[in-house]
Amino acid sequence: MDLSVQIGALRLKNPLMSASGCFGYGVEYADVVDLSTLGAVVVKGLFLAEREGHPPPRIVETPAGMLNAIGLQGIGVHRFVREKMPELRARNATVIVNVCGVTIDEYTEVARILSDVEGVAGLELNISCPNIKEGGISFGSNLGNTHQVVSAVRRVTRLPLIPKLTPNVTDVASFAKASEEAGADAVSLVNTFLAMAIDVETRRPRLSNVMGGLSGPAIRPIAVRMVYECARRVRIPVIGMGGIASAADVLEFMIAGAAAVQVGTANFVDPFIWGKLETGLREYMVRHRMERLSDLTGTLDVPGEKRA
Amino acid sequence: MPVDVDAEVLSSTRLSDDYCVVAFRAPELAAGIRPGQFVMIRTAAGDTPLLRRPYSVFERLRDPNGLVVGFSILNKRVGIGSGLLANAVPGNRISCLGPLGRPFAPPPSGSDAWMVAGGTGLAPFVALAEDLTGMGIACRLFYGARTGSELFCLDRFEPLGVRIALATEDGTRGDHGRVTVPLARELTTRPPSSPATIYACGPEAMLEAVASLAARHGRACEVATERQMGCGLGGCYSCVVRVRTREGGTRYARSCVEGPVFKATDIVWDGRRD
Repeated sequence: MDLSVQIGALRLKNPLMSASGCFGYGVEYADVVDLSTLGAVVVKGLFLAEREGHPPPRIVETPAGMLNAIGLQGIGVHRFVREKMPELRARNATVIVNVCGVTIDEYTEVARILSDVEGVAGLELNISCPNIKEGGISFGSNLGNTHQVVSAVRRVTRLPLIPKLTPNVTDVASFAKASEEAGADAVSLVNTFLAMAIDVETRRPRLSNVMGGLSGPAIRPIAVRMVYECARRVRIPVIGMGGIASAADVLEFMIAGAAAVQVGTANFVDPFIWGKLETGLREYMVRHRMERLSDLTGTLDVPGEKRA
Repeated sequence: MPVDVDAEVLSSTRLSDDYCVVAFRAPELAAGIRPGQFVMIRTAAGDTPLLRRPYSVFERLRDPNGLVVGFSILNKRVGIGSGLLANAVPGNRISCLGPLGRPFAPPPSGSDAWMVAGGTGLAPFVALAEDLTGMGIACRLFYGARTGSELFCLDRFEPLGVRIALATEDGTRGDHGRVTVPLARELTTRPPSSPATIYACGPEAMLEAVASLAARHGRACEVATERQMGCGLGGCYSCVVRVRTREGGTRYARSCVEGPVFKATDIVWDGRRD
């Protein structure tokens, strides 16, 4: 039974990846999860320098979901390489680093530094964080900027390059296309939906940052639709995420066109979810007499419509 | 190392309309609990509320041989999650992840332990009082609530020989005012040559007031903070507390892994009164 998937030059032992920002730097989970059993560990977004993040409250729950406005608190790329990579290497984790920047120069510098680090298997380009004023989403919500930043990072790294796309645009597939044209090896989506919650008694926003990003099962159907749209528009692999909490959810994203998936919020609820997801995928493969899980990608069967 | 268990609800004991004690059987989890640690409890089987709730461990439950086989929590009904827990009945299975977080540190040798609790902040002190009195350390409890009928579970402390001072905001029992009233009085009259280490848990404003009293009287103080948490394992960076760095600056520390217990002098109190 073959659960492996191919993302550009990168072969993952299974399609299950942690979603950036939902798994710390990976090492936080080393006691409860064998990190080497994940397809990849996608670590928290890194800028060149340390970042403080937003004041609390940083999260609030909403129906079947949560809003977050962490503000990309982080230790910066240099400390990450020094303090976290040795343990990630020792644990045989396949590490994908989420790269952040306020300017194109910062993105390329962070990417260049990581490209020389043993054990970094790929770069996810964060052009979609809704919670910071500069950088992030301003690159990801304009087609020209997306092309420009992906091209620039492409020039400085040979690592698999995966722009992470925001759903807060009219046509996310055009951003997948722009990323492909700029040399990306894959795209991942969706980042969180810009959202808001208010305490009506105090009339205060429930997050210190006023707005935050919505994640969790509440967004899953929209994310599935967006993955479907992107997978039909580009030839590069699409990594799907958005409210995945069960093996059936993983399968749904794959059938919609995802080559692999990321799990975020559900890992907060159940840090032991990874083994359960893998077991569920294997059971499905047995039930459907499948040899290779990757054969499932993009196999949506629309009655009356010819399959691609 | 934390474990996730489908813990069986053994009992749910109502203390008032809003407060109850819920007891769980969970030997694998409970055996490793140290005072001040917490458990992430999944209150709903479905998607709302989605996240687990952090609960300070209240009692450790022992079998007839003295082996720890379970734990209880002190639950106050405030929202959907705590409401679901308040309705739990014996036999229910509820997912509990723990034990988690940094526990209280025992006082230096020769020091008494003064525990200061406000409201549900009483929770971590039963276990702490058990451990410390077991080590022969003299313990006192300063316990405040809005009103006399919300001062609960003194019977957990009396058999341990803990000296108790009470305060209520409406004056119906103990000192009239906040818990800092009896604490300040006792701190003022205690000779500096008699060491006391202060442990506090309760609303943020109370923690700040206790930390300030402790500093003024030169007493070491640890506080157990309460924050909204996403994961409890250090993954989400939601539950931050502003602390001082060794270099003289400040930073946000995750209360789930660096806390929930912090040295009071490490915390940057922002003086907010939400």
